[in-house]
Amino acid sequence: MMLEVSQIETYYGPSQALFGVDLSVAAGELVALMGRNGMGKSTTIRSICRLTPAKRGHIVFDGQDLTGLRSFQAARSGIGLVPEGRRCFASLTVYENLVATARSGAWDYAKVVSLFPRLGERAGQMADTLSGGEQQMLAIGRALMTNPKLLILDEATEGLAPVIRQEIWSAIRRLKGEGQSLLVVDKTLSELLPLADSCVILEKGRSVWTGRPAALTNDLRDQYLGV
Amino acid sequence: MRKLSRESWINSVLVLLLALAPLCASLLDEPYYVSLASRVVIIAMAAVGLNLALGFGGLISFGHAAFFGLGGYVAGVAAYHAFDGSYFIGGIPGSDQMPVIWLVAVLVAGLAAAFIGVISLRTQGVYFIMITLAFAQMIYYFAISFPTYGGEDGLSIYVRNSLFSLDTSDPLIFFGICFFSLMLSIFFTRRLMGSRFGAALTMARLNEVRLATSGVEPFPIRLTAFVLSAMITSGAGALFADLNGFVSPSMLSWHHSGELMVIVILGGVGRLFGPVAGAVVFVLLETFIGGFTQHWQFFLGLILLSVVLFANGGLIGLLAGRSRHD
Repeated sequence: MMLEVSQIETYYGPSQALFGVDLSVAAGELVALMGRNGMGKSTTIRSICRLTPAKRGHIVFDGQDLTGLRSFQAARSGIGLVPEGRRCFASLTVYENLVATARSGAWDYAKVVSLFPRLGERAGQMADTLSGGEQQMLAIGRALMTNPKLLILDEATEGLAPVIRQEIWSAIRRLKGEGQSLLVVDKTLSELLPLADSCVILEKGRSVWTGRPAALTNDLRDQYLGV
Repeated sequence: MRKLSRESWINSVLVLLLALAPLCASLLDEPYYVSLASRVVIIAMAAVGLNLALGFGGLISFGHAAFFGLGGYVAGVAAYHAFDGSYFIGGIPGSDQMPVIWLVAVLVAGLAAAFIGVISLRTQGVYFIMITLAFAQMIYYFAISFPTYGGEDGLSIYVRNSLFSLDTSDPLIFFGICFFSLMLSIFFTRRLMGSRFGAALTMARLNEVRLATSGVEPFPIRLTAFVLSAMITSGAGALFADLNGFVSPSMLSWHHSGELMVIVILGGVGRLFGPVAGAVVFVLLETFIGGFTQHWQFFLGLILLSVVLFANGGLIGLLAGRSRHD
């Protein structure tokens, strides 16, 4: 397994947010992390990235126990994060956003621009002058430039126009086709499930169901994913 | 040909005026004004150093006078030993050669900044401000309690230090040396901020958590910026000691740190030529309004207040508009 999360418990101050989450991602696999709002999806991602370290449980990535590592060390070990909310560096250009933290590997500037040609057209523009969709492309491009072994996408298509959403999904399909390991949180199940190799559902900070997308029945959807 | 931005035009005019002013003063046989221009240029260079930490790195250092003073003391102590042929700590000879003095000054300040930075950069906000201030005050009181180098009375440099075969005692030539040093420090800052390191430093200022999730540790980036910033400021300090022929603990005092901050804020935080604009206004106010009243800082305060309230980006921002880093 590339990523193995076992029974993690995470707190924000005195408040416990995760009560035992298990999930695993194999190399080249796309895992969908699902659940209603506030069930712990983003906290699970923050724990994996060591932004909010888990107090109990284990996270093993690529054979390395991440316990005790700092967030930059976890990222350096090969975890790339596209956080919720299109987080780019507003007062830097598109090019600077992409190259400043780049690490050598298959993904370089030319390859990112081939995935998102708009970024190449706007290379000299400040990130805060891009549209929401372009900023999301930039956030994904920035994460890819670190050549991650595992790319985590947290609500990457949320709030985007349908046409832009399609562009992002086709990029995700291409990444999956190239064998990139992915952990994806997204509410558009009609796009996500056909791509997913396995799904994990969180409910009140616990992983309550893990299985293949085909096994996700309507009852399970109503019980854990319905509004 | 690439069109120059409005800010580039303003910067060019500023540099041109700064270069021409001492030439005119020299032609009019007014050496005082040549020295005054040298003072502007040296203080601007010290503020360029602070601007790298404060403006580009978001590190609100309230102790940069320590590095300014260390540069000054290196020049003073080296000249003192060169003058009487004695040795520093038993075996190190003095020197009256500016390149040697500058090299030692930036190395000493760099080492001091590395030590101070390793401790202070583990904190943020008001704690960082207070720790940098505390270190500067420690160096200040150390200088006061060191009678060999004048203690509270300071140390005189009897003959201006030399640079190759140039006549450094000529005010215009000395201005040229200072002006070249200022331009070099601005060029260095520009190249640095245009590099990947500069982009990472901006990222660390904007959001260090986001930078860390890209696999880059913000701490060494900030530390490097802090050290480089101190080295530039110490170079200015060495020139300042030569300009005045004197170095005293007042160069290390917190008032001086505050003045450098005021200059950076006045000219434009994070604007490449902001410290130059700030230093021009600061020294002109100090000299001309200070000639009429002791309370010239009152007018400085009014201007600073107006700039902070109404001009986003300092004086350069007022004239050139929003910068890419605002």
